Amino acid sequence: MPETFEIEVNNLNFYYSGTVHALKKINLTIRKNAITALIGPSGCGKTTLLRCFNRMHDLYPKNLYEGEILFQGINILTPDTDLINLRSRIGMVFQKPTPFPMSVFDNVAYGLKLKGMKKRAELSENVEKALHHAALWDEVKDKLHSSAYDLSGGQQQRLVIARALAVNPEVLLFDEPTSALDPISTAKIEELSQTLKNDVTIIIVTHNMQQAARISDWTGFLMLGELIEFDSTQKMFTSPSIKLTEDYITGRFG
Amino acid sequence: MAVFDDELLHLKELILRIGGHVELAIKNSITALVERDDALAKSVIADDSKINALDVEIDEYAIKLIALRQPRAGDLRLITTAMKITTDLERMGDRAVNISHRAMELNREPILKPYIDIPKMALITQQMTRDALDAFVRKDKALAMDVISRDNEVDAMKHAILEELALYMVKDPSTIARGMKVSFVAQSLERIADHATNIAEMVIYLVDGRIIRHMDMSEGIDK
Repeated sequence: MPETFEIEVNNLNFYYSGTVHALKKINLTIRKNAITALIGPSGCGKTTLLRCFNRMHDLYPKNLYEGEILFQGINILTPDTDLINLRSRIGMVFQKPTPFPMSVFDNVAYGLKLKGMKKRAELSENVEKALHHAALWDEVKDKLHSSAYDLSGGQQQRLVIARALAVNPEVLLFDEPTSALDPISTAKIEELSQTLKNDVTIIIVTHNMQQAARISDWTGFLMLGELIEFDSTQKMFTSPSIKLTEDYITGRFG
Repeated sequence: MAVFDDELLHLKELILRIGGHVELAIKNSITALVERDDALAKSVIADDSKINALDVEIDEYAIKLIALRQPRAGDLRLITTAMKITTDLERMGDRAVNISHRAMELNREPILKPYIDIPKMALITQQMTRDALDAFVRKDKALAMDVISRDNEVDAMKHAILEELALYMVKDPSTIARGMKVSFVAQSLERIADHATNIAEMVIYLVDGRIIRHMDMSEGIDK
């Protein structure tokens, strides 16, 4: 069976402020409907790489990309890329839950309204679908019009995932999505990620190596801006090919 | 992770300790047979409880390390290898106990024939066991491969011994009971060599991350 690549990164260099060389000649492929984990010590470039996939770095004008990122065959690093459209197709979930200061319902409906959906019935239907999809519906169905801030941290994080899912993204970027959550909320997000991958491709940055081992299918190990090793998660955690990876994965750095 | 490194070292020491007991058990069981020494045979049988206790201790220690340290990569392979090796070693100890029982039974009867090939076979088997354990401790792939290659020699010796014993038993049916017991000793030694081979195969896994058992040796091994 031929493998389907959702994203291909070719010779990607990235410079903060045009000078700080944060990613060095990165080459990797992200498989469709799989979870790819990016691991590595602080400052290795994993979050920088994650933020290239939906051009988050463009918020600061002097940041510079070189090389290409092919998303379904099309280079998303070209100047004419529609970033609003790109970010609805490649959604992002951050470390700390980022609900908007509005009701649960309006949080999820936000992106849909932005895309021009106006009919109440249609909005309701899509909000409910997204909340089900994010495994949150049963917990919030009776308080859809309460403030999102009344939810627990774990629920807020699933709400943010529901908000991202509402606009039918093809890829979700997770930037340490459970580092601010307790083990039970973490387990719920991890379980959710396993069902989500049937519909979306997930790329996750995590400091928790066991989390990478538990949920991902593929793992990339970065250090000092370079991709040191990329392989199936099973191979990476049982017999990595490169000594540096072994040292990092077994906690024997330096 | 200095504490974890010490724990892994302790695990290796436990394997060497059980290995030492097993090597001695094999040696003494054959000496008890060849020198018709019942007391030595009894000591092998009594000491098996030490081997069993170490086997349990190693499994419990390895399980503890998996639960508490969540080992990965080379550490994970070392711990899983230790758990499998201890099972083989414990079974080798059981074989030495069986040989000791047969030795005591044979010692009550006149000698069937002088033991020549069995002690030779036992020496090779003991050396395979020691080398397999050395290969484990030193992560020495070449030595492990060498141990695996010696298994055929032991198999051939067993067949030769069984054929010779068969001739005795055909010629003189009164030797059958003793002949069967000596055959059993040869078979036990051959099984011990198989366990040493299993250990050596696990060393290949420890070093390379490849499980090579059930593979054709001629195609399974590179380098």
